[in-house]
Amino acid sequence: MPKAKLKKLEDYQEQIRQCVKCGACRAHCPVFGAEKHEGLVARGKVALSQALLDGDVEMKDKFLLDMSQCLLCGSCCAECPNKVPTEEIVAAARREIASKKGLSTFGKGVSTVLKSQGLMKTLTKSASAFSALLFKKLPESSGLRLRIPLPFVDRERTLPPIASKTFREQHPEFIEGEPGQPTVAFFTGCGINYLYPEIGEAMLKALKFIGVNVVIPKDQGCCGLPAVSAGAGETVEQLADQNLEALNRKPVDHIVTACASCNAGLGKIYAEMGEPFEQMAAKVEDIFVFLARHGLPEKLAALPKKEKRVRVTYHDPCHLRTRGITKEPRQILKALPQVDYIEMADAGTCCGLGGTYSVYHYETSQKIGAKKAQNINDSQAEMVATDCPGCIMQLQDSINHAGQKQQAVHILNLLVEALDELG
Amino acid sequence: MINADTIKKLENIVGKEHVSTDKADLICYSYDATQKQFLPEVVVHPGTSEEIARIMRMANEQSIPVFPRGAGSGFTGGSLPTAGGIVLALGRLDRIIEIDEENLVATVEPGVVTGQFQKAVEKLGLFYPPDPASLKFSTLGGNVAECAGGPRCVKYGVTKDFILGLEVVTPTGEIITTGGPTMKGVVGYDLTKLMCGSEGTLGIITRIIIKLLPLPEAKKTMLVLFDSIDGAAQAVSAIIRGKIIPTTLEFMDSATIDCGRQATDLEVPEQAQAVLIIEVDGERDLIEKQAKKINEIVQPLGVVETRIAETAGESEALWQIRRSVSASLRKVNPDKYNEDICVPRSKVPEMIRKVEQIANTSGIPIVNFGHAGDGNIHVNVMIDKQQPGQEEKAEQAIEAVFKAALDLGGTMSGEHGVGIMKAPYIPLELSGSVADYMKTIKKALDPNNVLNPGKIFIDTQEKD
Ligand SMILES: Cc1cc2nc3c(=O)[nH]c(=O)nc-3n(C[C@H](O)[C@H](O)[C@H](O)COP(=O)(O)OP(=O)(O)OC[C@H]3O[C@@H](n4cnc5c(N)ncnc54)[C@H](O)[C@@H]3O)c2cc1C
Ligand code: SF4
Ligand code: SF4
Repeated sequence: MPKAKLKKLEDYQEQIRQCVKCGACRAHCPVFGAEKHEGLVARGKVALSQALLDGDVEMKDKFLLDMSQCLLCGSCCAECPNKVPTEEIVAAARREIASKKGLSTFGKGVSTVLKSQGLMKTLTKSASAFSALLFKKLPESSGLRLRIPLPFVDRERTLPPIASKTFREQHPEFIEGEPGQPTVAFFTGCGINYLYPEIGEAMLKALKFIGVNVVIPKDQGCCGLPAVSAGAGETVEQLADQNLEALNRKPVDHIVTACASCNAGLGKIYAEMGEPFEQMAAKVEDIFVFLARHGLPEKLAALPKKEKRVRVTYHDPCHLRTRGITKEPRQILKALPQVDYIEMADAGTCCGLGGTYSVYHYETSQKIGAKKAQNINDSQAEMVATDCPGCIMQLQDSINHAGQKQQAVHILNLLVEALDELG
Repeated sequence: MINADTIKKLENIVGKEHVSTDKADLICYSYDATQKQFLPEVVVHPGTSEEIARIMRMANEQSIPVFPRGAGSGFTGGSLPTAGGIVLALGRLDRIIEIDEENLVATVEPGVVTGQFQKAVEKLGLFYPPDPASLKFSTLGGNVAECAGGPRCVKYGVTKDFILGLEVVTPTGEIITTGGPTMKGVVGYDLTKLMCGSEGTLGIITRIIIKLLPLPEAKKTMLVLFDSIDGAAQAVSAIIRGKIIPTTLEFMDSATIDCGRQATDLEVPEQAQAVLIIEVDGERDLIEKQAKKINEIVQPLGVVETRIAETAGESEALWQIRRSVSASLRKVNPDKYNEDICVPRSKVPEMIRKVEQIANTSGIPIVNFGHAGDGNIHVNVMIDKQQPGQEEKAEQAIEAVFKAALDLGGTMSGEHGVGIMKAPYIPLELSGSVADYMKTIKKALDPNNVLNPGKIFIDTQEKD
């Protein structure tokens, strides 16, 4: 079995050189937008990465803090004239830091600095009750442990309730479709498996409607994206190995996801690990791209529009938007009979969750989220739909904090009703 | 040299959290779009003009150089801390103080991002025309300090044409105001204009009073392909002779079109040797008429194809062609020197031909595009710095380009300024007595040479 291997910071030397220091990323980086400091924008982080390579900066203080201030959202790269992949460079730098100084150094270093600046909130009892429950269920390697780790969860954060039985526990590994149909693997990710099993149910329904055979490997793991964010390179590599094995056991034509982070984790991070990971990555498809390819929008549009409709807007998860997936989720949403679609301003800006980002930087994360909540409110939508459990969690938290009433949902949640009608 | 005592004092002035000597911060404020790097000794983020004034007084007492910085998007190194010292990062001064709809005047702080200001006034049906390509991230303070321009300046003028007044902290730490919110004003010297384009060497701009216009009702964009650069240039003159001043008159030469073809799926026929993007704005019926007239004027001049955008989306697609150019240049060579000479409008074809000759003799590819309407040509000298000898060749080519522009009655820089990049070439353009006149002003205002030393004029670095 080939072992997964991530790139090292020095492998990015050429891409780092391609940053021409134009500053265009200042207009697109959500963290910079919230905290206006050059160390937080892509240009600064690329310069710091170069300094790290050159031995011009030590792994401490502001350097650690700045390198921790990145959502790995890729918004900078999408608009960069030279397509400098800052999110990859920062992830590689974090791995470098973690490998030299130990995994906890990064987190600890960051939290010490934050604490000294009075930013880090003291830890909580109310949130830990939730986390304790969650942690009993979560495997060691689940990214959710990194995203909402026990000692770090801020008192202020509102979290979804935890499912009593995980999605994968509730379903067999193989669900046969109609004869002659292709086979798809359903990569659930941690969010759907542990927090939002109903999204998984809706997904199954959609896949059954298309008629494909569905494989849900029990031993699939976390995609590894939160570990990428935490600089835990080895964990990422282990997870890639584990998922390769789980997803390759039965021949599948596609690997579908309903989580933007998983889509990018499998489709982008694994793609850089060489064969056979590349081959696996090439099979990854977002559920709405898959459904659109199978003509679902047209079928939905043929349904009569409901008399009573809800106003729904769409939030682009960064990990889909930066991979060019913006059209299909909207197509499906617009075609739903019970939906009046409204496009909000800046639908494509980050929600502020960012892997493990909101753990260390909950305040900045909230600032970024507050802008989003404002845009949702201004659009007059009653619901914000998206295509990622992580975004749903963050969007709902931001909406709650703004004292607004909108509900954050997955498009799949809304699709169920129409699927019943299509029969 | 900055010692612990100086840092203490700075902290007392602006607050501890706004002063940093952490290496990571020094690195992050050491560069701009020239890609050159100079480490400052300390980065300070002041919050008021009073704080800046106190910093300047202290800098004078202790002879510490101070380098004002906006977004650091400058192309000539104006914000670079070339002599260590203090980087004065002005990003915290980012309030839009007032938009006065009755008088069409706005008052802002220098750290406001140009594009965000434009959005704010456009919401009220008002208009701030200067549109440097960097508008989404550069600051109004930086724009004033460089007198930035952009495509729309053909019709509306450059940054300085919209600045009515300023609040300025002088190099010695006084706070003065220049001009004011009136449309006219002739009492005393025009210090507002003196500050425009002074590149942070004569004072720190802390407040800007800006003239606004009513937002034009509509605009119309057309893209015209010509079979020769002369045809395109004649078109520019003919349009203006026809008493139409379009909002923009952007051109791309054949080398640029080639780049676009290679890099993107730009569909441009082989015969096209030059492209003009022409935009008109104003009342709807008027611009329909203007667009028609422009079309009639240009047709006899070797037009290969004309595309007129009917919708905002189509117009965006035409502009996308122009915008894709910059990035596609990298396909030619990884590194570029981006110069922005300006010649009288009618001399554009001659200038392009001279540049072509220079490119041929030096063996280095040079592509030209830019603002044909005001003769401002972006000359991009494309090299690969990792190949030995290319940098010297590029520098020779650039000097030749400057000389050619000056021979045609032009200037070395239309909008990017001098900074450190063009400082060595100043004697080519400014006679000794003109340069002395300017240096006398600098010396009088900044006797200790602490504010942005070494910029524009190399020898301001030396103290007497
Ligand atoms: C991709 C790209 C496209 C560009 N396109 C254009 C264009 O179309 N037209 C154009 O004109 N320029 C253009 N520029 C150049 C640059 O954006 C402009 O010169 C801009 O005005 C600089 O603004 P800034 O805020 O980045 O200033 P900085 O680069 O930070 O500073 C520029 C100069 O202004 C001084 N300064 C800044 N703020 C103040 C202040 N408050 N008081 C006194 N001095 C101050 C600095 O000391 C320095 O000398 C472009 C740059 C890039 C990277
Ligand atoms: S990362 Fe890209 S957009 Fe940002 S400064 Fe570098 S080249 Fe420009
Ligand atoms: S990846 Fe996102 S957060 Fe990180 S530098 Fe780029 S835009 Fe900013």
